[in-house]
Order: sequence, then C-alpha cells, then structure tokens
Amino acid sequence: MLELATEQGKPLTEMDLADSPLAIRGLTVSYGEKPAVFSVDMTVQPGSMTAIIGPNGAGKSTLLKAALGVIKPLSGQVQVFGRPLDEQRAQIAYVPQRASVDWEFPTRVIDVVVMGLYRDVGLMGRLRKQHISRAQACLARVGMEDFADRQIGQLSGGQQQRVFLARALAQNAAIYLLDEPFAGVDAATEKAIISVLQSLRAEGKTVVAVHHDLATVAEYFDNVFLINTRKIAEGTVADAFTAETLQATYGGRLATAQVDQLALALG
Amino acid sequence: MSGEEFVPLSLTPLLIGIFAAVACALPGNFLVLRRQALIGDAISHVVLPGIVVAFLITGAISAWPMMLGAAGAAVLAVVLIELIRRMGKIEPGAAMGVVFTSMFAFGVLILEVSDTSTVHLDVEHALYGNLESLIWLDATGWASLFDIDALRYLPPELPRMAVTLVVVLAFTLVLWRPLKIATFDEGFAQTMGIRTEALGMGLVIIAAIAAVAAFDAVGSIIVIAMFICPPAAARLMTDSLEAQVMWSVIFAITAAITGYVLAGYGPLWLGGNDAVSAAGMIATMSGVILALAALFGPRRSRTGAPSEA
Repeated sequence: MLELATEQGKPLTEMDLADSPLAIRGLTVSYGEKPAVFSVDMTVQPGSMTAIIGPNGAGKSTLLKAALGVIKPLSGQVQVFGRPLDEQRAQIAYVPQRASVDWEFPTRVIDVVVMGLYRDVGLMGRLRKQHISRAQACLARVGMEDFADRQIGQLSGGQQQRVFLARALAQNAAIYLLDEPFAGVDAATEKAIISVLQSLRAEGKTVVAVHHDLATVAEYFDNVFLINTRKIAEGTVADAFTAETLQATYGGRLATAQVDQLALALG
Repeated sequence: MSGEEFVPLSLTPLLIGIFAAVACALPGNFLVLRRQALIGDAISHVVLPGIVVAFLITGAISAWPMMLGAAGAAVLAVVLIELIRRMGKIEPGAAMGVVFTSMFAFGVLILEVSDTSTVHLDVEHALYGNLESLIWLDATGWASLFDIDALRYLPPELPRMAVTLVVVLAFTLVLWRPLKIATFDEGFAQTMGIRTEALGMGLVIIAAIAAVAAFDAVGSIIVIAMFICPPAAARLMTDSLEAQVMWSVIFAITAAITGYVLAGYGPLWLGGNDAVSAAGMIATMSGVILALAALFGPRRSRTGAPSEA
C-alpha cells in the first residue's frame, strides 16, 4: 500500500487520479533492446515537491522526458490532471539538463527567457512590452535581472541553470519538471533555486525534479520516487526514503555504511 | 561600364549569383548552428544521379524534368540520411558521408555507362555551372527592365532563382521563432508543442530546394561554399542570431559581387587575357571573407567555450 499512500495516510482511490497533476501508468521506454524504464506507475501529489532518485542509467531522465512527451514510450500512458498529455502541454514547464544545449548559441539571456513565452506570443505575434517585462520579472525571481543582455556563453554554470529556471517560470505552468537542476551549480545558486521551487509549491504548483544528492533529499523534498529501471518505491520521504528502499534502488552501488548514515540522519 | 553593356552581359549573371548565394546562406545559418552544415555538400552531390536519371527518362536537357530529378534525389538523400542517423544511432556527419558519396558515385557510374555524349552533361558542368553564359542579349540598356518584349527573354534561371529566394525567405521569416527555439534546445521546443522533427525535415528540404535551384543555375561549388562560409563568418561578427543572419546575407552578397567582378576583370588587371570561372571565384571570395572574419571578427574568441569541447 506504500505507493498509494497519501500524506494523510489514506489510500488513494482511482478517482483521485483525475486530481493528480501527473499520473503515469505502465510506462515502458526502450532505446535499444534493453528497456530504460520498465512498466512504471507514478502518481504525483498536487502541490508537492517530488525527487526522482536512482543510480546513473536508472532511467530517471528518461522517465521525465517520457512524461513530457519528448521521448515516445513503447507503451504506457501519461495523464496530466486526468487528461491526456497532448491536450495539457501548456500545464507543464520544463528545465532540461544544462549540458543538453550548446551555450555558444548566439543569443542573450533575455532571449532565452522569452522562448518560454512562445505559447503566448505565438508564431508570428508581436513581442510586446508586457512580454519583455514578464521575462524580466522571471529573471529577477532567480536573481539574474542584471544579466538580461549578457551573451549566454559568458555565464557560469550556476547562472545558466538559473536562466533555464527563469525560462520555465515564463511558461507559467502548473507543473514544473526539472532534470538535475542542482548538477554542477554553486551553493548560492542551489539556495536560490530551492527557494524559487519552494515558493512555487507555496503557490500550489507541483514540482518534480531528478535529484542526485541523497543528503539533501529530506531537506528539499516532500515526496520521493525511487527508480532503477523499475519503480522501487514511491511516497513521502518518511515512508519511502528508507534504508531498505535505498538498498533496493542502488544495490551494491551504495555502500551499506552510507545507507546506515542516511537512515540515521533521517531518524 | 554603361547600361548598354552592363544590363545584357552582367546584370543577370550578377543577380542570379546574388540570389543563389543568399538562398543558400539563409538556411545555412541554422544548419551551421545545428552542426548539419555538411548537408549542403551532401545535397549538391546527390543531385547528380537525379539529373542523370531525369535525362535518361526524358532524353533531353530541359530544365523542369532535371529540376524534378534533382529534387527527387535530394529528398531521397535527406530521408536516407535521417533514417540512417535515427536507426543506426550514429552522428549526422557519418550518415551524410555514407549517403552522398554513394549516391554521387552512382550518378557518375550511370553517366559513364549511358550515352550522354551528344549533350552537354558532364561533371565539370555540375561543379562550376556556367554563370557567365546566363546573359540577356535582348536587353539594350536599363530601359529594357521595363520592356515586356525584352523581359520575356530573360534567362529562365533568373526568375527561378528569385522565386526560390522568396520561398526560402518566407520559410525563414514565418518559422523564425520555432526554428530559433528548436535549434537552441530541441527537447524544450518539443515540450512547447513545436514539432521539431517536422521542422528539422522542413529545414533540410528548404536547403535542398535552394541547393537544387542554385545547382541548376550556378553549379554545386557555390552551393557548398554558401551554406557554410557566410553563416560561419557571420557567427564571428555577433552574438545575436538576428544579427548573424543579417551579416550572413551581407557576406553572401559581397562574395557574389566581388567574386563575379574579380572573375571577369581580375585576370585582365594581372595582365592575363582570359576570365576565370565566376562560380569558382565567388566561392573563393566567400572563403576569403570567412578567413578575414576568423582573423578580425569581434566574436572570434569564444568566451564561454567549455574547456572539454
């Protein structure tokens, strides 16, 4: 019953699925002969922050990309607020891995944030003052307002990550999916990002992030989703982020001492 | 040079050269940023078998069947490249290399074994085209531009290249935003509902149309040069995509004009008496512009370049 336990401890009925911002059923994705993600169910709680956790190559990013429709799954469904993903794309904002783009691309910081307004501006629509000021406000929210006219190649890794977050904020969505938002960023950026994510949660938005640092899971997130090709566990940090589930997720890759230490930290 | 001499002899080849250069340079900007610049090279090679097959079917050198044959071959090549890239999961450069060398070789082979000796169809023609021959003998001066009778005898390559340029320009302007977003961040573009695969395919098809039209008018050497040199030089001038595209157009036009003039008069100035190939000289000038931009362009030092790249 672990996987369907809500924060109140009540079991989740199928009716509640319609309320889930992001519900995945039977998702299988394969790049070659071996599946990267196998028959995974996931039910994200509204207004929560969920960490997707697992070893390298466990299918974390793949799960996220399939949830976004960027990767076509072999099978399975993705529902956003109870409706098919294709009808609900505008509800989802996305922060890809920083390393997935070429930062030498000839463009400025503000132009990247404006890309997040594409749905509002449209194919040929005029970019109005209100669009620019919205993009500026998103930059200010991540503390990058002074960098609007900078060439993106001149930014540090942490600054690039903040620009990506600002672009996602410009999408003004209900769900924020982030792929390793803290990878290779400085401490100040990590703090800035987590405070933005927490303010999103305070606004009732839902945050799902692929996360690497097991030490900060309990501090940053409400819920965890442990995956190693198959789902290992899903639920609140208290219920699902335990020594047993971590051992099951990481196997021999995570030293037992480390697991014990984490379990100790968790109380 | 007076209008009487310039309009019939130089205006049309010059315009055709300029239109071809700009039509190739525009999509070239995106191809260079997507690291697909070699696709221009690929297309200009694969049109050869298309043209030869079209000639074998129709038995005559006429523009439309050959354009269709070339376009068919280009589309076939683009589809093959995408298929090999996606199914073989290899980098695009390798897929292009495989496709365009084998299709070009196939074109040379059927050219050899089929009887094309009676017509002017050879590998040199495919490479350099014959820009200098695209003259407008019915023109008598600038006034001919308003003379319906004279306009009727414009070399057909000129309106064809002009239409091609308009199509390329329209594609670039209408799809500017999705092209920019998808070129920078394909995954993000997909989550915004942009159909990036269709867009990428559209871009290479537009590039193929530009390449085939330019190939017909000026040969493949200009196509290969113009897809890469003006955009690459433009990237060294600015950090804005909008400005980069502007610069690439300026560079393409500059290369076309200086190349054409130097090909016609350069050898005379140097004491020789024969003109050299205009197409070859235009391509050379685009290379010279790139070299100058690489040496003196304001953005030649890549400030944020990752050290591992």
